[in-house]
Order: sequence, then structure tokens, then C-alpha cells
Amino acid sequence: MSAGVEHIGLICSNVEIGPGAYLMEISLPEVALRARPGQFLHLRCGEGMEWLLRRPLSVHDVDKKSGRVSLLYQVVGKGTSWLAGQKPGINIDVLGPLGRGFSLPPCGGKALLVAGGVGIAPLFFLARELLGRGVILKFFLGARTRNLLLRLEALQRLGIEIEVATDDGSAGFSGPVTALLEKSIPKEKPDIVFACGPRPMLAACAGLLAGHHIPGEFSLEERMACGLGACRGCAVPVRSPEGGATYENVCTCGPVFAAQEIIW
Amino acid sequence: MPLPNLSVNIAGLRLQNPVMPASGTFGFGEEYSRFFDLNLLGAIVVKAVTLKPAPGNPPPRLAETASGLLNSIGLQNPGLEVFIREKMPFLRRFKPPVIVNIAGKTLEEYVELAERLSEVEGVAALEVNISCPNVKEGGVAFGVDPKMAAGVITAVRRRTPLPIIAKLTPNVTDITEIARAAEDAGCDAVSLINTLQGMAIDVERRRPLLANVVGGLSGPAIKPVALYAVWRVARAVKIPVIGMGGIRTATDALEFMLAGARAVAVGTATFTRPTAMVEIIEGLREYLHRNNINDINELVGAIKV
Repeated sequence: MSAGVEHIGLICSNVEIGPGAYLMEISLPEVALRARPGQFLHLRCGEGMEWLLRRPLSVHDVDKKSGRVSLLYQVVGKGTSWLAGQKPGINIDVLGPLGRGFSLPPCGGKALLVAGGVGIAPLFFLARELLGRGVILKFFLGARTRNLLLRLEALQRLGIEIEVATDDGSAGFSGPVTALLEKSIPKEKPDIVFACGPRPMLAACAGLLAGHHIPGEFSLEERMACGLGACRGCAVPVRSPEGGATYENVCTCGPVFAAQEIIW
Repeated sequence: MPLPNLSVNIAGLRLQNPVMPASGTFGFGEEYSRFFDLNLLGAIVVKAVTLKPAPGNPPPRLAETASGLLNSIGLQNPGLEVFIREKMPFLRRFKPPVIVNIAGKTLEEYVELAERLSEVEGVAALEVNISCPNVKEGGVAFGVDPKMAAGVITAVRRRTPLPIIAKLTPNVTDITEIARAAEDAGCDAVSLINTLQGMAIDVERRRPLLANVVGGLSGPAIKPVALYAVWRVARAVKIPVIGMGGIRTATDALEFMLAGARAVAVGTATFTRPTAMVEIIEGLREYLHRNNINDINELVGAIKV
């Protein structure tokens, strides 16, 4: 009945890879085969002690061979705290893959990927897929400080060009990752920019891209209840085709939106 | 032993079982049809429909609280015409009666919604939403005053042959007074409770978690309050009561029925477990079997006080 959306997955690993940031691997063979970069899983949290809503997490990577799906998350509240406490060997209730992912350019071209903090979550999977399609890509990874540059080594192992920015200057460029992007756009001349991170960062990116007439696709985050388009809780203001404003669901119309579609 | 009877009669409708979704948590049915056969439900209750498309409130619209969910969706829906044209054809494919929740800004809007929907094939009943806490005009304003509530129900009653259910707010001094006013005005059933008004604050930013500042609280946190309201209303009116508020399990549903609800609605629980309603229906069947009860109607109001 569920058309492959309801799954129980075995947690294979759940490791803290940065301050409060965890990488969880779950055995979900069907999801590993079907998920596309930018889609998310809706995880049931808080079994037992307290009732909690599910938590939406972007698919960070998949390994089709082993059937494992990895998720990268920052502990910010009750749901993610609960997730952080789950040990390998535990089964977890998952809905997904859900939502609309990034549109993958056919092949060739040049893409810039911009991640702020845990915003690298959906972009790692995307980077791997783009590489497989022969897209030339460059990764801009920003964080508050050096040890919050999550998955830097894994990105380096992909063999792609990476530029790093930290707000406190502890690694790479000193300042926001958007300033790095601003400097690079004229010389890189990308065909498209993919981004994920805090809302102000994305708003700044959208402004930059509009100025250079470069398309962008951004993965958004919003508090979510059903994850299926039923409750209308995870609304984001977008420009309607008629020119006015309307609200779309992040869960079903996104989480990836065209940068110029969003009203920031 | 014959299979126990789960069917109940509400407002002239025969429901194959007493379990239905709470309006607003089930979209227009499509979203959950990939998880289970909607034909298993007692009834299908759709999201509130307004005369014109409603954009809803600015985000954030959700905040989780201890065992509860605050929302301020603001009745976002595509409006009556799109509902009739694009949502009803799907809903007509299912056997359970389709109950359409209607929300007006004015008395005239409620009447127009009722008139138009009365002509639409497949609409089995109207749930008159006089209890939404998240819209500036209409909504709960009609549900906190017995005269206003009676006014809406009377006006709708005159213009529709469909059964009407008044959905009541708990944000009043005496919910039984509103329920009686709605009954006297000619409604066929009452459903309660809508969400309890509440708020939550981000102390770091010193700002409310909801853009709308206040919202409606649902989920397990409100169940005892809802149960108490249902118990009181069930003793105050003769028309059937549809009970809701924090129901997650068959045991929760049974509590509402023992307190006097003829049927129950499940809302927030579905977000966590899409198949919650199906599990509740099975759980009711199992309870009847285990207790040698032939007919679920025997349980309605059967609390021993």
C-alpha cells in the first residue's frame, strides 16, 4: 500500500563527527536505490518516554551496494537529541524518500555548491551524483569555526576543488561563505549554483545569483509535521505564477526550490 | 461468536466504524491514500474549505511542545471551486461518507458554502467550523458565543438538506452552553474539541516560536482536557458527539467513547504514524472481541461513575 515509503531500517552507525554533529548510517536498501539528492527521510523519534513528531533529515549519501543511507544532523532539540542517543543495532521507523530533490543537469557544465554548517547534508550526495555526470564542480564550505567544517575530509576524498570559509577565520577565508562566493562567481562563471544552509546565507546567495543571472537551487528547512503535504505546516513564501505571493509546502513542493522562486 | 458490530450512526450517516480523521490533519485524503485504503475509515473528513482560496499564515506555523503540537496554519486551502473541481473527484472514489469542513469569515459565507456543497455529488455532511483559532475573521468568533453559534447553525440549517456537525472550540467558559445552542439551532451532531489556544517562546531570541504568536495546541498533551469536554457535552445534548483531542491509540479512542462520544477523530497522531487510524480500528475490534461485546454502541457513554 505504501508504495515503498514506509520502512524500518537498522542503524549501522551513529557517530559524532563534530561538536554536536552526527553521521548516522541506516540500512535501507530500497531507499538507497530510489533516493535522489535533495530528498529527505522523515524519522520517527522519541519512542517511549515522550511523544514527538517525526524529524525530517536530508539524505546525506547512499551506498546502493551495501543498501546503506547516511544522514548528517546537528543536535538542536529533543528530536535530534533522541537520534543522537540511538545505538547501532536499533531499528528506526522511516518514511521516505520524500520531497523533490535537486534537478540534475544532463551532463557537463559547471556547478558551484555552497554549504553553510550542517547545510552540507544534502550537498554531499549531490556532489557525488554530479561528479558521476561529468559536471565540473567546486565546493564552497562555510562554518562558524574550523571544527564545524563538517565532512571536509570526505569531500576532499571526492577529489573536487574545495574552498573553505569560517566566520572566525580559524580556517580558510575569514568571513561568510557568501563573500567567498561573491568573489568567485565572476571568474568561475557557473551554469548553476546549489546551496543549503541557514536562511540568511541562502537569502544572500539568492541576491548574488539574481545579480549575475545565474540559476540556483536551494534546499530549505522548515518545521514539519506530516512531511506529506497534508497539514500545510511547513510553508515557505514563494512567488506565484501570477506574480503575487503564495505559500508552498517545503515537504512536497521542496525541500529544493529555485532560488528566485522564494520570497526571502 | 459473530463479528462484533463497529458501525455507528452519526447525523443520519451510517459509519462502518467510529474512526475518522480530524479536519486539517488529513489534507484532502490523497496524501494518506498511499499508506492505507481510505475505504477502511468510518468517514473521511477533509481540511477546512473556504469560499475563496486562503493563503494561510506566515511561517513558522508549527512548534512542538511537551507531547503536543502548536499550529497556526490559518486554514490554507485552495478555495471552494478548486475543492469541488479538483479534490472531490478523488474523494468520490471511496465508500466512507465524505464530511466537508466549512469555514466562513461571515455568516453569508457559511451559507454560501453550505448551499454550493449541497449540490455536489459525494458530499455526505458538513462540519461547520466555528472553532478555528488561527484566523482573524470568522472562525472561532462564531464559536465562543452561544447566540453567534446558533445564528450560524440556523442559517446553514435553512439552506442545506445535508447533515450538519458543529465543530466546537474548547476556548470558552462553558462548552456545554455552545453545544446546546448548536443543538437547539438544528445541528445533527457536534464534534469536539478543536485545538486549545497556546503559545511557545524562543528564550534566546525572545520571540514567539510561531509567526502568528499564538496557535492551537493538539496532540497527546490535550487529551485529558478533550475527554473532560466530551464527557460534559455528551451529558448535555441528545445529538451524537464526535470526540477528538490527542487520540493516538485504540485505548484513547475507547476512553472517548466511554465518556460519551459516538465516534472519534484522530489528528496529530497520524503525523507520527500514518496508519494510526487503521491500527485504532483494529484495536477497537480486538477490544470488543476480548470483552464479548457485540456492538460498539454499547460502550458509548458507558463510563461507570
